[in-house]
Amino acid sequence: MKKQFIPFAYLSPTLFLIAVLSFIPIATVFYYSLMDNVIITRTDPTFVGLSNYIEILSDDKFLQALRNTLFLAIVSVIGHFLLGLSFAMLLNAKTLNPITKAIFRVIYILPWVFTASIIAILWRLLLNPNGAVNYLMSISRLADSPTEWLSSRDLALNTVTFINIWAGYPFYMVSFLAGLQGIPNDLYEAGKVDGASGVQLFRFVTLPQLKPIIISLGMLDFIWTTHQFTLIWMTTGGGPIRATEMLSTFTYKLAFSSNEFSLASTTAMVILALSLFVAIFYVRNQRLSSE
Amino acid sequence: MRKYAVVLLMTLALLIAVGGAVLAQDVTLEFQQWWEPELPEGAFRALMDEFEAQNPGITVELISGPYSTTRDQIVAGAATGTMADVVGLDGAWVNDFVQQGSLADLSALMSAAMFDDSELAAQIQLNGSTYMIPVVNFVYPVFVNLDLMEAAGIEAAPMTRAEFADAAAQLTDTANNVYGWVLPLSLEQPNGIQNDVMSWVWASGGSMMADGLPNLVDNEDVSSAIEFIKGLYDAGVIAPGAFTMREQDKVEEFTNGRVGMMVDSLAHINLIRERNPELNFAITALPATEGYDGPRGLPYASWGIGVAENSEHQEEAWKLVEFLMSADINTQLSSIANAFPGNVNSTPDFVETDELFAAAFEVFQTGYLANEFTGLPVAENLMREFDEEFQLYLDGDSSLEDFLANAQEAWMSHFE
Repeated sequence: MKKQFIPFAYLSPTLFLIAVLSFIPIATVFYYSLMDNVIITRTDPTFVGLSNYIEILSDDKFLQALRNTLFLAIVSVIGHFLLGLSFAMLLNAKTLNPITKAIFRVIYILPWVFTASIIAILWRLLLNPNGAVNYLMSISRLADSPTEWLSSRDLALNTVTFINIWAGYPFYMVSFLAGLQGIPNDLYEAGKVDGASGVQLFRFVTLPQLKPIIISLGMLDFIWTTHQFTLIWMTTGGGPIRATEMLSTFTYKLAFSSNEFSLASTTAMVILALSLFVAIFYVRNQRLSSE
Repeated sequence: MRKYAVVLLMTLALLIAVGGAVLAQDVTLEFQQWWEPELPEGAFRALMDEFEAQNPGITVELISGPYSTTRDQIVAGAATGTMADVVGLDGAWVNDFVQQGSLADLSALMSAAMFDDSELAAQIQLNGSTYMIPVVNFVYPVFVNLDLMEAAGIEAAPMTRAEFADAAAQLTDTANNVYGWVLPLSLEQPNGIQNDVMSWVWASGGSMMADGLPNLVDNEDVSSAIEFIKGLYDAGVIAPGAFTMREQDKVEEFTNGRVGMMVDSLAHINLIRERNPELNFAITALPATEGYDGPRGLPYASWGIGVAENSEHQEEAWKLVEFLMSADINTQLSSIANAFPGNVNSTPDFVETDELFAAAFEVFQTGYLANEFTGLPVAENLMREFDEEFQLYLDGDSSLEDFLANAQEAWMSHFE
């Protein structure tokens, strides 16, 4: 009997940490999502069942935030992949000497060094109607009047997505570079012997070899991007007119501006469900690749 | 036996001495605010030292941080019942804290201390009780770039809306990237609605409220101000980027000479001077509607003060409030903060030594402090909801009637 508990005793510190850092906060937020009048009211919380979920899921503002978040996440993942892979292949090229490679490696990785706040401030300055980008467009006769990159409803979502892609591609680049360096040269040589072109080598050797990294990074990046808050908040605040409203900014406003902590907890649970959905695929993929 | 009696007496004497010392121990007041970092180093602590010297047995522990951090910490303290004894407050927070029962009733504390409140310039009340007292006030007059005005051939600062619109049009020179006015409507910091939009309503003696409830629909005061701003927007005299512009961006535009006029806090005068010593600017009152000759409402933001309901030292906390509101100390504080005093008998030093502040003080004295968002529930959210509808209206996706009706509906949901 005693022996049966020994494994649990060994596991207990980890189980305790998981409970305190993960299970209890999630359970508390789930509890709040089923209640009304929580956290900062003098009246007792009341059980309202799923009505918060019905209210949130039928709210046009929430649905717009959901659409914007999916757009940001999907386009960012694609952008990160294309930029990351391109730069990784450039850095992996055998024609470049090691010093040139080192210099470009530093340049390409720079965006990843900055925190989200710095990135937001930097791009606000660059994209300001009086900023450097508009100045360059003006002197090169590309535009007659200043472009409102972040203040125009038509441009804002694309602009913040671009900034997010710029900020995140180096992580892909570094990962892909490690992956590329791990591909055995024999495979390329065998391909060449078979008469494969450069494009065919890329399609039938490079991409299949990088597939586990591509899938893992894509899924993780999708989850991380759905949680993006600082960059959006500090560049547009979710505006103009909800054009860049994300689930994260929508939740923040509900909690700390409207004091609607129950509804904020409900949106947090929806974000959790969305992340879990992707996380399940991620775990399944990891399990399959390890088998 | 006598020996035991002496020991007993000595023990008793010791117990009384220790007990007395315990009873007379110091009270430590926690004072959480964002003011100390915004004042010259050591200046606010010096005032606290003066308070401690006047009130032996009371020690003040300052808990200082930036505005937003302080707000978050006070919100957390209110939720958990661990708020500091004395807290710095923004008028926009008061209603929410009162609903939570986090703030003490200052009216009761004033009565208990037999305090004469006639010296207070303002009190923020809810349900007939005071919960916040503005210690110093930062008013928002109009800043005018005199060099741009002269270059545009404008001789006097505009005093009416029509004059302002004309001046803004004359100042605008898109070829040189100069605009007449600047309007920050960022949804991250929606206080532009209070300072730069509703201020036009208050400057003409108008109101956005009626009987304590929002009154945006069929309200000529509000609709005329909104239409006026829409006219400026459509005329292209407002600096580009308004929809995501924040207050600091607005000040930057003015400081760099790219904007002729802006509504802004007096707190920024020294900042503008430091950033651009060459800038030649003046202060004037916010223009009113044609024919209006009544007192002009002047938007303001305050460093307000309140006492926590959970404080075990409310009597001592009130002494600190009373100290800060006394004429002499309030003069000192408003002088170092470049703000206008919360005590009607205080006159800050800078009024006599600085002509810009003197002009602003005159505007302040001839008008009245107006900020109808103070004390309203979820005030910041009200501004944000109005802001979203206002942006739709400015962008041409909503009519004036729909905009005001939608904003009214959104606001009313917080008053039910």
